[in-house]
Amino acid sequence: MMNLVIDVHGLKKSFGARRVVDGLDLQVKAGEICGFLGANGSGKTTTIRMLCGLLLPDGGSGTCLGHDIMREAVLIRREAGYMTQTFSYYEDLTVSENLDLVANVYQMPDPRESVTGIMDRMGLTSRAGQLTGELSGGWKQRLALAACVLHGPKLLLLDEPTAGVDAKARRDFWDLIHDMAGEGLTVLVSTHYMDEAERCNRIVYLANGRIVVQGRAYEVSSRSGIIIFEAAGSDLDAAARQLRRTKGIEAAAVFGHALRVAGTERTALEKAIRSSEYAALSWHETEPRLEDVFIHMLSAKRDEA
Amino acid sequence: MKAFSYKRFMTLLRKEWLQITQRKKRRNLKAFSFKRFGALLRKEWLQIIRDPITLRFIIALPMMQLFLFGYAVNTDPKNLPAGVLSVNHSKYERSLLAALKNTGYYDIAVLSSEAEAECALARGELLFVISIPPDFDRSVDRGEAPAILIDADASDPIAVANATAALPALSAALDRDLPPIRQAQAPAQAFQIIVHARYNPERLTVLNVVPGLIVIVLIFSTLFVTALSMTRERERGTLENLLAMPVRPIEVMLAKVVPYIAVGYLQVVLILIAATLVFQLPVRGSVLLLLMALGLFIAGNLALGITISILSANQMQAVQFVQFTFLPQIFLSGFMFPFKGMPAWAQWVGEIFPTTHAIRIVRGLLLKGNDFPDIVPEIWPLALFTLAAMAIATWFYRETLD
Ligand SMILES: Nc1ncnc2c1ncn2[C@@H]1O[C@H](COP(=O)(O)OP(=O)(O)OP(=O)(O)O)[C@@H](O)[C@H]1O
Ligand SMILES: [Mg+2]
Repeated sequence: MMNLVIDVHGLKKSFGARRVVDGLDLQVKAGEICGFLGANGSGKTTTIRMLCGLLLPDGGSGTCLGHDIMREAVLIRREAGYMTQTFSYYEDLTVSENLDLVANVYQMPDPRESVTGIMDRMGLTSRAGQLTGELSGGWKQRLALAACVLHGPKLLLLDEPTAGVDAKARRDFWDLIHDMAGEGLTVLVSTHYMDEAERCNRIVYLANGRIVVQGRAYEVSSRSGIIIFEAAGSDLDAAARQLRRTKGIEAAAVFGHALRVAGTERTALEKAIRSSEYAALSWHETEPRLEDVFIHMLSAKRDEA
Repeated sequence: MKAFSYKRFMTLLRKEWLQITQRKKRRNLKAFSFKRFGALLRKEWLQIIRDPITLRFIIALPMMQLFLFGYAVNTDPKNLPAGVLSVNHSKYERSLLAALKNTGYYDIAVLSSEAEAECALARGELLFVISIPPDFDRSVDRGEAPAILIDADASDPIAVANATAALPALSAALDRDLPPIRQAQAPAQAFQIIVHARYNPERLTVLNVVPGLIVIVLIFSTLFVTALSMTRERERGTLENLLAMPVRPIEVMLAKVVPYIAVGYLQVVLILIAATLVFQLPVRGSVLLLLMALGLFIAGNLALGITISILSANQMQAVQFVQFTFLPQIFLSGFMFPFKGMPAWAQWVGEIFPTTHAIRIVRGLLLKGNDFPDIVPEIWPLALFTLAAMAIATWFYRETLD
């Protein structure tokens, strides 16, 4: 029980008549990196805000870092680091001034020391004197991450921390997150990138404010029941266009020189491929990837709506 | 949707209750930390000095207004354009016109026709038309007391007020010209009236306007700026981060207002120096007392500003809110129009606003040489207003994004 850093039950939140989070249960163990996934508007940001007390839930209960989320928000805030989805530091302050502010507000024993320390670790030292508003998107993200780990939080709530960040910086970012998790930090991170989801210990998939799937990345994809066939060849775009409209095929997409089709029923899928004019292509079955699973879930949700 | 749902009601009630209890619970974060406050204060200060436009306004605005209003506004205008309509230009008429000119209020031109007079009055080229009846001299000599008609453009009563007030004294203007038998035997007066124009013997408008101006300029640099402070955080998206940090409402609010106390004082000193040097504004009371009273006024405005900022969802709303409180402060405070001339209800409204009291204090201290006991009746309403505004601000400050 004690090693659950996040433990909430039945969280609910409505904006006006619209129910955005609808009875969400979430448990995250200490030291775990939990990926938070879901379509746009599925309620990820709203949930994270409730966890750190920025929004008051309409219903539900639970604890975060052992503090009641309804009553002890301020204690949670002091021990958690929250990185907002949109950049929210002061653009008319320099990088080091922003970090100074954070260090002092969290009452660090030696603010100067911790600011230089974190700037070193995040490679921000060369930008220390630059106005934040003049930084590029990736550097802003780096500053935001630096600011939310500065006070040595026990829990990191990261809301799409790598949106718009280049591949190398993303890799560094995740290496850093794994480093910190190794030091005992717990991380809840929302993302739309599948490669990032695969680097999490566990993923939680949200739709319409409810968790629909959760587990390790490979478990989620193998349990999904999705069947994938792949074919190589030329002029695959026309094939994809036509197959997409064929019954029994849920999705068809071209990746470079390969065409991938997905379905949930093997017989229907095989029949669809055989009977099409593209039967001559060399088809073979492969493992479903996380991305296939989420495309499947996203389109299933759209059909419901 | 049902008109009343018990469940919905209970949900709302629960939410309100939690917000209140959560507020209590927050007390276990140290009530006030100078370290946190200092960090926030530094941030606000950096933001102010990084904004060159604001900075220029802080210096330029009071100076501009002082010179603009100081030189331009005059509630006792002299040499107003007047026209004379008369058939035969006679001896008595000349004496009369000379007497009119001597009042200093009239700048007289001769008109040729009634139509011309009507037209000039309508266009605003003349403020007065003086019609002298035909055979004026003979009527006077016969003792018929003929009537001279003066049409005044009262669409602006302030402009013509003093000029018309000077007229009754003119009835004695012809005394020296009259034949001895017609010269009035001055009746023995039962009493005399002597008016002393105290505090401003020359009745200079500047001396009335400048003290008020100090107060109005302070409203701009305090109320207007702080009213936008929280909404700016909200609109730039920085509020989410601010709220996610362990800061107390009082620390956030104080950090937002304290820099403007310094700004306000800077402006007061600038205006006072300029006004005493350029407009010979007398400083008859204690400057220290003046600065202390104005400090209270600044605090009141800052409290009102931050309250508006907390209640507004965006900058547009905040600006409208400020207008809503600013206009009555201008019109009902006695800055533009005499306070005692307003109906009782308007005076009551005026009494609420800090501006009213601040203007009285400043005029009293500068012109009348008031002392502390004289201004106590103006001090406590200021203090009360400040406390009330701060209480409202703290009550409505939300530590969540709801
Ligand atoms: N303050 C608010 N007022 C009204 N509606 C809101 C508010 N915040 C969020 N919503 C609505 O709640 C729903 C969920 O929003 P949320 O930001 O939690 O989604 P998300 O999963 O983070 O999406 P994304 O991937 O696009 O960031 C959206 O439909 C959004 O319009
Ligand atoms: Mg979001």
